[in-house]
Amino acid sequence: MARISGVDIPDNKRGLISLTYIYGIGESTAVEILERAGVDVNKKVQDWTDDEANSIRTIIGDDYKVEGMLRSEVQANIKRLMDIGCYRGLRHRRGLPLRGQRTKNNSRTRKGKRKTVANKKKATK
Amino acid sequence: MARSLKKGPYIDFRLANKVDAMNDSGKKSVIKTWSRRSMISPDFVGHTFAVHNGNKFIPVYVTENMVGHKLGEFAPTRNFRGHIAKKDKGKR
Repeated sequence: MARISGVDIPDNKRGLISLTYIYGIGESTAVEILERAGVDVNKKVQDWTDDEANSIRTIIGDDYKVEGMLRSEVQANIKRLMDIGCYRGLRHRRGLPLRGQRTKNNSRTRKGKRKTVANKKKATK
Repeated sequence: MARSLKKGPYIDFRLANKVDAMNDSGKKSVIKTWSRRSMISPDFVGHTFAVHNGNKFIPVYVTENMVGHKLGEFAPTRNFRGHIAKKDKGKR
């Protein structure tokens, strides 16, 4: 296991894919990083030399915001929205979608598991 | 879709003029406005706006963090207070 910015990335995958195990790095960022480090994107992590691994580490450390730093930035942005009391902030507080999607149905990702509300009374004759 | 940068932010002229006048005279009073679509510019900071929500005017005190948002974002037009409980139905 190679360890980069506090995360273990799988050895037996191509560098391009392996780097995406780090929060904040997707495929396009991974390609960018590997190109700057001069490592072939198809080279597996276990075949990286120490030099290569280190140059990748420094590139990520210097120029990219990943993992904890990025997570806290995202949280800070959400907190700002909630603090200023704007519409998006209110939606964050309620755990509802922010961008005008419908909430009559769906939106389960934001709303979480369905919470059934008291069952209807059966019509009695 | 975001507004083109070429055009710059949209601020209602009448509103912008009022704010300028207030900044020049140094007075502070609540500005009543219907212009929910106006972007909050840095000169708005520290003023209070009464933003119309379709029903009444919601007082919005503008702080630095709000710059770049629109006035309407701070005056919700819908006020959902939860569903009516079964037994209360028909009462309200």
